[in-house]
Amino acid sequence: MASRKIRILVAKPGLDGHDRGAKIIARALRDAGFEVIYTGLHQTPEMIAEAAVQEDVDAIGLSILSGAHNTLFPEVIRLLRERGGGDIAVFGGGIIPQEDIDRLKHEGVRAIFTPGTTTDAIVAWVHANVCPRAD
Amino acid sequence: MSARPKKDAARLAAAPGAAASAAHAGAAAAPGATRATAPGAEERRARFSTVSDMEIAALYTLEDLRGRDGAEDIGCPGQFPYTRGVYPTMYRGRPWTMRQFAGFGTARDTNARFHFLLAQGQTGLSTAFDMPTLMGYDADHPRALGEVGREGVAISTLEDMTELFHGIDLGRVTTSMTVNCSASIILAMYFAVAERQGVPMGALGGTIQNDMLKEFIAQKEWICPPEPSVRVIVDMIEFCAREAPRFHPVSISGYHIREAGSTAVQEVAFTLADGIGYVEAALARGLAVDDFAPRLSFFFNLHNDFLEEIAKLRAARRLWARIMRDRFGATNPRAMMLRTHAQTAGCSLTAQQPTNNVVRVTIQALAGVLGGVQSLHTNSMDETLALPSEQAVMVALRTQQIIAEESGVTNTVDPLGGSYAIEALTSRIEDEAEEYIRQIDAMGGIVRAIDVGFPQKEIAEAAYRFQQQLDRAEKVMVGVNKYQRESEPPIETLRIDPDVEKRQTARVRAFKQARNQAKAREGLTTVRAACRDGANLMPPLIAAVKDGATLGEVCDVYREEFGVYRDPAWL
Repeated sequence: MASRKIRILVAKPGLDGHDRGAKIIARALRDAGFEVIYTGLHQTPEMIAEAAVQEDVDAIGLSILSGAHNTLFPEVIRLLRERGGGDIAVFGGGIIPQEDIDRLKHEGVRAIFTPGTTTDAIVAWVHANVCPRAD
Repeated sequence: MSARPKKDAARLAAAPGAAASAAHAGAAAAPGATRATAPGAEERRARFSTVSDMEIAALYTLEDLRGRDGAEDIGCPGQFPYTRGVYPTMYRGRPWTMRQFAGFGTARDTNARFHFLLAQGQTGLSTAFDMPTLMGYDADHPRALGEVGREGVAISTLEDMTELFHGIDLGRVTTSMTVNCSASIILAMYFAVAERQGVPMGALGGTIQNDMLKEFIAQKEWICPPEPSVRVIVDMIEFCAREAPRFHPVSISGYHIREAGSTAVQEVAFTLADGIGYVEAALARGLAVDDFAPRLSFFFNLHNDFLEEIAKLRAARRLWARIMRDRFGATNPRAMMLRTHAQTAGCSLTAQQPTNNVVRVTIQALAGVLGGVQSLHTNSMDETLALPSEQAVMVALRTQQIIAEESGVTNTVDPLGGSYAIEALTSRIEDEAEEYIRQIDAMGGIVRAIDVGFPQKEIAEAAYRFQQQLDRAEKVMVGVNKYQRESEPPIETLRIDPDVEKRQTARVRAFKQARNQAKAREGLTTVRAACRDGANLMPPLIAAVKDGATLGEVCDVYREEFGVYRDPAWL
């Protein structure tokens, strides 16, 4: 299945409405040739995990600026595992302090991008770290 | 230079985009034209533009003011169209209100920060609420998990609100509250706290943001669809005009529009279009424009581009004055004055080399002051990393105090008025914003424009364009895409005690158990009846919160009665 396009779910967990970053990343990933699904705002971890499994995505990009990342990111990963999507690559971005980044990586988040990251760097990371999942 | 540049040589591009390269070519090579720049001087770039990508000419001259009437367009401070400021003496009379936005953890934590800020010489309060409060959920709601007290203060009950203002005389301090879809309940709680303190509603001064239209456009915190949201806002405008005439029931906000990535022109255009939406809704209710419009206030962003920001504030004032006079027939001068709070741009700050943010904030705040704002929040250097520490907040407040008391810019009114560049940019921003407003009118007004995603898509487009310019280093962010450092020493940031959520959740549960259940239920029933029959919501809301109804419970009534808005998720 090497020819299948990589599918990415861009999701906004939590209650904050700051979708500037999520929308820019979604567009940049789409412009880079990936297939992108954007969930819209105010998603619960259940909604995100459900959408990821339903849409059979290869990766999930989580954007959060409310400070609830330590609660919501690991919850998304736990629910993915529960639903058979444990191999979906989860990455994230937002205002996330360094000590939280270490902790989130330990919990299974593959990469965290903080303010100032170029869209090119994120696209390059996806190319290097995500491949289409086996059917 | 003694020779006056020929008209086309120095003029800025007349039409956005299209004429840009032609205008520049004209400046460089128009045959026989007097050059705008020194002969033979090569310029560093083919095109110079603002942070909003508005092309800037090499030189502005008297020619750029042609076609503008000095008295009608620029005028005097304190006089229509208020281009040079809303008051005749501006900061010689009274400095702006220094109002640092603060809120985190529990009501008690934020109350301590309020007392600290007042002790440091701050002159007004400004409250930041946490996400559950802003979205209408009590701290014990499952959707509040992980969010309680993180981005602001957690307020679920009248007990929380009482603690927030403990030891602060609401009759003496003015309070700004940044809250939108749950604003009606927060305002009801504020009035109830004032009553407990013995302060009559008529003596209360302050502002509640309460601008839902910009929520749908930019900040995206909502409960109900636009139409019922506007109805609740008009209830508040009507109630305040009658009962709390010193209180501003809405702060029409461009701040979040800009933070979402808009240009300066879009910020002015969409903000004033929202203002038009509220005025029309209030007129439809039968209110008189000269009665309610003086209490409409505004809130703008202060971004990095110094001249553009000063011009933006002047353009917004002039355009609003004209809209109020010519479109709505206002005759009360106070109904035509755009009075505004401003905040430096959060989105301009960098996590890299965060102390540089102090410099950015200084430039932005100075633009606000030279642009004539009435109150100001200066961001703290550490806000891209966490909520601000006490030390960082103090530097931010000192920045305002230095501008006010050391820089000398407050000694004369509108010192930049009459500058060729400032006046030319002011006119250009006004013209382009007016064109956007015409487009929105043609769509049937701002609510219809929001329904089809017009402002949302325009902003997303501008945000993406700017990101591409950053990625290509066509726009510079010092420390991010130029002058980077390999490693940086960490700075001290504020950590929110992880137990806050547990404590606040327990406190809300205990409150709900201890109250008189029948009275709380009855309060909610009266609110529900007002939702249905169209009676003004404020009196039943004040009664309900006094009877123990919580913020989340009232918002549940709103959800059931008015429906829930879902993000259309346009890309």
